[in-house]
Formats: sequence, C-alpha cells, structure tokens
Amino acid sequence: MTSFFVNGKPVKVDDDPATPLLWVLRDSLGLTGTKFGCGMALCGACTVHLDGQAIRSCVAPLSRVEGKRVTTIEGLSTNLSHPLQRAWIEVDVPQCGYCQSGQIMSAAVLLRENPKPTDKDIDEAMSGNICRCGTYTRIRRAIHRAAEMAAEKRTP
Amino acid sequence: MSAANGTVNAKQAMLARRDFLKSSATIGAGLWIAAYVPELAAGVAESNGKVLAPNAFLRIAPDETVTVIANHSEMGQGVYTSLPMLLNEELEADWSKVKVESAPVDAAYNHTVFNMQMTGGSTSTPSEWERLRRMGAMARIMLVDAAAQKWGVDASTCRVQKGVVIHAASGRKASYGSLVESASQSKPPQNIPLKDAKNFSLIGKSTRRLDTPSKLDGSAQFGLDVRVPGMLFALVARPPVFGGKVASVDSAEALKIPGVRAVEQIPSGVAVVAERFWAAKQGRDKLKISWDEGENAQLSTEKMLQEFSRLSASSGSIAKKTGDPAGALAGAAKIITAEYDVPYLAHAMMEPLNCVVDLKADSCEIWTGTQFQTVDRLSAAKVAGLPPEKVQIHTTLLGGGFGRRANPASDFVVEAVHVAKVAKAPVKVVWTREDDLAGGWYRPMWHDRFVAGLDAQGNPVAWTHTIVGQSIMQGTLFEGFVIKDGVDGTSVEGAADILYGIPNLQVDLHSPKIGVPVQWWRSVGHSHTGFSVEGFFDEVAHAGGKDPYELRRKLLANQPRMSAVLQLAAEKGGWGKPLAAGRGRGIATHFSFDSYVAQVVEASVGKNGNVRVHRVVCAVDCGRAINPDIVKAQMEGGIIFGLTAALKTEITLQNGRVQQKNFHDYQMLRMFESPEIEVYIVPSEENPTGVGEPGVPPVAPALTNAIFAATGKRIRRLPIRPSDLAGSEVKS
Repeated sequence: MTSFFVNGKPVKVDDDPATPLLWVLRDSLGLTGTKFGCGMALCGACTVHLDGQAIRSCVAPLSRVEGKRVTTIEGLSTNLSHPLQRAWIEVDVPQCGYCQSGQIMSAAVLLRENPKPTDKDIDEAMSGNICRCGTYTRIRRAIHRAAEMAAEKRTP
Repeated sequence: MSAANGTVNAKQAMLARRDFLKSSATIGAGLWIAAYVPELAAGVAESNGKVLAPNAFLRIAPDETVTVIANHSEMGQGVYTSLPMLLNEELEADWSKVKVESAPVDAAYNHTVFNMQMTGGSTSTPSEWERLRRMGAMARIMLVDAAAQKWGVDASTCRVQKGVVIHAASGRKASYGSLVESASQSKPPQNIPLKDAKNFSLIGKSTRRLDTPSKLDGSAQFGLDVRVPGMLFALVARPPVFGGKVASVDSAEALKIPGVRAVEQIPSGVAVVAERFWAAKQGRDKLKISWDEGENAQLSTEKMLQEFSRLSASSGSIAKKTGDPAGALAGAAKIITAEYDVPYLAHAMMEPLNCVVDLKADSCEIWTGTQFQTVDRLSAAKVAGLPPEKVQIHTTLLGGGFGRRANPASDFVVEAVHVAKVAKAPVKVVWTREDDLAGGWYRPMWHDRFVAGLDAQGNPVAWTHTIVGQSIMQGTLFEGFVIKDGVDGTSVEGAADILYGIPNLQVDLHSPKIGVPVQWWRSVGHSHTGFSVEGFFDEVAHAGGKDPYELRRKLLANQPRMSAVLQLAAEKGGWGKPLAAGRGRGIATHFSFDSYVAQVVEASVGKNGNVRVHRVVCAVDCGRAINPDIVKAQMEGGIIFGLTAALKTEITLQNGRVQQKNFHDYQMLRMFESPEIEVYIVPSEENPTGVGEPGVPPVAPALTNAIFAATGKRIRRLPIRPSDLAGSEVKS
C-alpha cells in the first residue's frame, strides 16, 4: 500500500510501487485530466505537482510519492478560478485541448515562482510541454495575462 | 459534452435518440423538437441523389437548454463552436444555454457532400453552412408558430430574442423552453427562409469556444479517458516491418506479470490483455515473438529517394497540360531545373490512438475519437459478424486528428474489435507513442522535379513539374471519385491547379507502389506541393532577376482573391522594408480547400546552421469567416504544424524498420522555437471555405525562401538540416 495526498485528500493504493504515478492517477484513482503523451518525460502532457514542484508523472514511480502531496489539474481550483484558467478562457487557448492540463500545471509553478515572467522565462519554463495543435503564441499571451490578473488580485 | 461518459445514462440517451430518429415523436418529458428536412439545398440533394431522411441536429429542453448534435468530430478545429453558431444564428436561442453533443452514427448525419459521416478536408463548416442554419430556422419557426397559436395572433407579428418569443403589441412573451410541448405537436414547416447576411448577429463574431472550460479542469472526455464497467486494457505487439506476420510467440514471461489476463494472437499481432494499462505494457515488454517479416523487410527510404529521382527523369501520367511546354522550353532564353524532396511524416497527435470496445453476442459498442464514423462502423461490423446497425460508435473528443483518425482501413477500430473478441470483456486498446510513430499511415514521401523556361525578360513561359509518390486514394472508398486517368487528384493538388498565369504548363505523376501504408495528413497533397511549387517559383523569380513578390503579383493579375491576400501579407509583413542584420524575408502563397493564403516569414541562420524563425505574417481569404478568432487559431496552429515539418520531422526506414521512436527523435516545434504570428483575415461575403488545413502549405516555402534571402542557400529537401546551412549565416 502506498499512501499519499491527491488534491488535498489522503489516498491509499495497492498498485506496484514501480508503477508510474500517471497510471495510478488515471487508472486506479480515475483522475483522467492528467494525460499520457509519450511515457518518456518528453512532452509534458502528464505534468502534475509533487509537493509544489512540476514533475512528469509518466516517469515518476509511485514509490516516490509516499507521504507526499500531489496536485493534478482537477485540484488546481474547484471552479476554474485560478488566474491561469481564467486567462486560458479569455485568450481561448485550447484547440484539441489534450496537452493543456500539462501546460497549465507547468505554467502554475512558473507563476508561483516568478509572478511576472518575461518571454524568455516562459520559453524556459514551458519548452518541456509540446502542443501539436500549435497554441504556443496563445499560451504565452495567456501566461502574461494570468500574471496581470494575479497581480490585480494582490493589489486591489 | 460528448456522449462518451461510458455510463448507463449515456447508453440510454443513445438508445432514446435512436428511437427518436426513427419516430421523431415527442419523447416523455424530454419534449424534443423533431427536425425534419423537407428539402435540402440543391447541392446536397444532388450529391446524395435523394432527399435526406429526418434529421435531428438539435434538442430544446423545457429548462431552455439547447443541445446541438454535432455530426463532425471536434479535434481542435473548433467545430463544436462553429457548427452551433451556424444553427443558432437562425434559432436565436440564448447562446449561454447552448450545449454540444456528438452524433451517433446514422445516415441522417452524413456529410452533405461526401454522403458518409466523417470529418475531413477542411469541410465541416463549409458543408454545414446551409443545412445547420435551416435546422435552426426550422425550430424557430415552429416555436414562433406555437406561441402565436397560443396567443391567437399572427406569427408574423412576433419576433424572437435570446430564446424568447415576443409579441410586442400585447407585451406577451414566452420562452423557448415553455413552448417545447406545444411546438412538438406541429408539423415542421415546408418553407424555411434564411436570414439575409446583413442581419447576422452571431456569424462573423469572434465567439469563445464552448469546449474551452472542460479542457482546463480535466473534465473533457477524450477516447483515452473512457471507462466502461468491467473494462480491461490491452496493448498490441505489432510487426517491426509493414505486412509482417507472427511466426511464433512465447508468452510465458508475459503471463507471469501480475494483472495480465491473456496473451492472444490477432491478425495485426499479439494482444496482451490486462487489468491495467501498466500491467499490459509490462506484459508486452516480456513477449518473445518471432516474426515472418515478409516482402517489405528490405525497404529503405534512402534507396527510395534515389529511385524517386530516377523515376522523375521521365514524364508520368499527365495531370495537366496547357499550351506547348516542350516547344516553349526549346525556345526559352534560360532554363532552370530543380528537384525537391519531402519525407514520410507521422501525424503524431498528442493523444495516441486508442479505442474502447464492448462486444456482446448481439451488439458492439465502441468509444473512440474518430473522424470516420461510417467507415469505422462498417469495418467493425464485419469483424464483429454483426449487421452495421448493431454497432454503435460514441465519438469522444479527439486529442488531435490531422487526418490520422480517418483511417481508410479503420485500423485502430478493427484491431480493437479483434482484441475484444479475445478479451471476452469490454476492453480499451491503447497505443503508446512508439506504436503511433511506427504504425504507418504516413504522409507519403514525395519527389518533385521541375523544369522552367524563361524568356529574355526573365518571365516564366514554360513550367513542367513531375511528381513521384504513393497514391493515398488508391484502394479507398474515394478512389472512384479522385483517381482519373491514372492520376490521384490529391497527389497533384496545389500543382496542377496553380493560379499563376504561365502559358505553357505540364504536371505529370508517377505513383509507385510501396508497402508503407500512407494516408491524408493535414493539407494532404498540398503539404508537398506548397513547398515545392512555391520554393521553385522563388528560384524562377531570382533566375529571372525579379522580386519574388512582384513576380507573384504580376502572374496573379487574373486572380483577384489571391492577389488581395498576397498584397495584404506583403504589406503587413513589411515586404521590401529594412530588416534586422542577418535576417531574411520570404513569401509564399497557396490555394487549398478553396481558401487563399499568403505568408511572409522572417528568419535567420546561426553559425551552427540552426534556423531561427522570428515572425510569420499570414493573410487568409476563407470566404465569410464564421468565427474569426477560430480562423486565426487555425492559421496559427497550421503555421506551427508546417514549421514542425519544415524544421524537425521525418520518418525514415532502414531494413523495413521505422527509425523514429518517440519525441526525442521525432521532435515537435516547442515554445522557445515558436515565432510571433500575426493573422489577417480578408473580409469576404463569399461562402465559407476551408480553414483547418490551408494555413499549413505556404509556411515551409516562405521559410526556405527567407533562408535563401538571408544566406543565398536554397533548401530543396525537408526537414531543413543544420548541416545544410552550417557556415552560411551571413549572405556573401
């Protein structure tokens, strides 16, 4: 049994501890917002937070998360209220949408660590996430917009 | 959003809808309005050869919810927004009450042109432009009639606004939801006039996508997310060479993996069925299979490259001939020739292929993201041994399609039905990224050889173009329509129909048969002709001492729509204006899917030969832009897709084996390589034309033309390799 927290709730699973976290989330816990794209940490579709840091869940064995806190796209907010989700709606970023969970989870860590990122900061933080539909220009715009929204909230 | 929740409720809804389609009667408390099509537009009736059967493209519930039933698959191109916009332009319901659901498989949902249920060819919105507006208008007329009858007034004295029928003179109002029951009693109108375009209130406005919120919180359901009670997971070990067969399999080690239920041979390989994906994956890794590799074990793309070039030295089947190309070449003041090459390409959708099948003695239920419902159903029925009507497909959201999910052999669906037969339980077949890249059905490899003759003033007077590459359409349902006199129209599209006024022209085609399965890939034939034609055109301009933009403008004098996009792109792209040091500017146009696109690229080359794309300016005329922001998004996406092909990707074969495995050796353009993109839409009142694909073809040649402008080096083979350009960062 492996015990950890997902989106604030304690969970226990009996999967083999070598199973990648991605498949535990998707197949054992039914959290399908985290996506499978490559299985080799090359595309970023499976990005989640482990104790606040962005990780590629497709290569993170379950044993690594024992006792830790995992946040998935389902736990980013309860009502699309995160500045990134609001900005993504405002800019209408997604096309097929499959990679966007991972994009947003990567961007969330960027914004927390760097509330006002430059284009170069965005390039560095986001280049591990592939979008085959080519929404990069909108992702960039939406991250800047989310940074503004977050700043407005901080200084009313 | 889609009917893919895999629950009993979804199933019941499906069955209810099926009955509804047959009877079109009011059902229980749902009180749906039946949408009959008494007579469709001439084009539709002609292409079908019959009047369409009753249709159901919308449901209005007493709670005011309007459910639009989408007969085209949402794969990112925005049809779950643009199609409801068409319908609601006439229905005039409250847009915030509009929801979308994917259609079941039924002839009622056939494509208005292709007469089968499918999504492709950048046709979703253009082909529904008229029908869905009529569907919406029909419902509105019935609702207004119901209100007028209730109030004892003339329907013509009523108007509608945001889902409410209003009789201004008496101040009476009734919401659509409150009129559902009475409207359901009346017959659909025979005469359904449509609004004058000047009164459009939704069409032409950038309207936010209806599917966006579900894609930001994990709730959107893609095929890979479907869960059916009792469902198992399967992976398939497929032959390392196309057409190979299993000679023998040792499954002992695989069966020892906890959770692995079965290892069974199926026609396409060996299926490993397990309780979880991860167990199936581990089980497959443990299989020991000996393969009979068959006749393709020697295939090599390097050898094909040489063979294609050899073939192109002689003319093939004539696709187009005007004037006297041979005579004009003989009399030309200057001759230039060039050969262009592009590789096999995989679609590489972010969501790898997958398919869930629940096969029972007398039914087969399928959940998958497909672009090809009618074909998939027929193919699945054959394997299941059931009549087609016993097979139902729930179309989920597609995590990218780009053509791959419209497979002429229904490969991923057929295989999943075979797996379901041996799994003896509902099963989800999942492809890994490695499976996807090695799985074939690629954009064909192409070779193009050109000869042009210039007159003494440097104007092109003759142009011959020999194309070599596999036919995509051969052996498909479309063969009869598309292959004429030995020429597959999709092999020569964008080449045989070039818009430039060149008096003596020949385009011919060789279609070698090769054991690599090929398929349509975003922009199909245009994905190679855009590059080769526009690259060579640039060579012609330079050879004749002409400005590439000015020569295009001159030879497009009789093409007002293309001239307009060309001039707009040149103006916005700053053609002729000074550039930052080291940068070059290139331009290209391309006509595809009835749309006109021109692009200007700014690029530079580093001393290691790495290309940097700084800026892409795109002008498009796609007729009336239904949702301008979606048009822009499709151009942006098409440009990134085209740049990935120009700079990154190729599928190569050695000893019959695909060399690429995953995104480390089949690389996608990433954020840090992404240029600034500006899109300009030419205002138009023409009927809408394609949007999903036309942004792709011009970007590769605009880029290689920019590289030529920056460095003097002409790129004639994609993808561009740093070794092609190393040491050429500054134009000499």
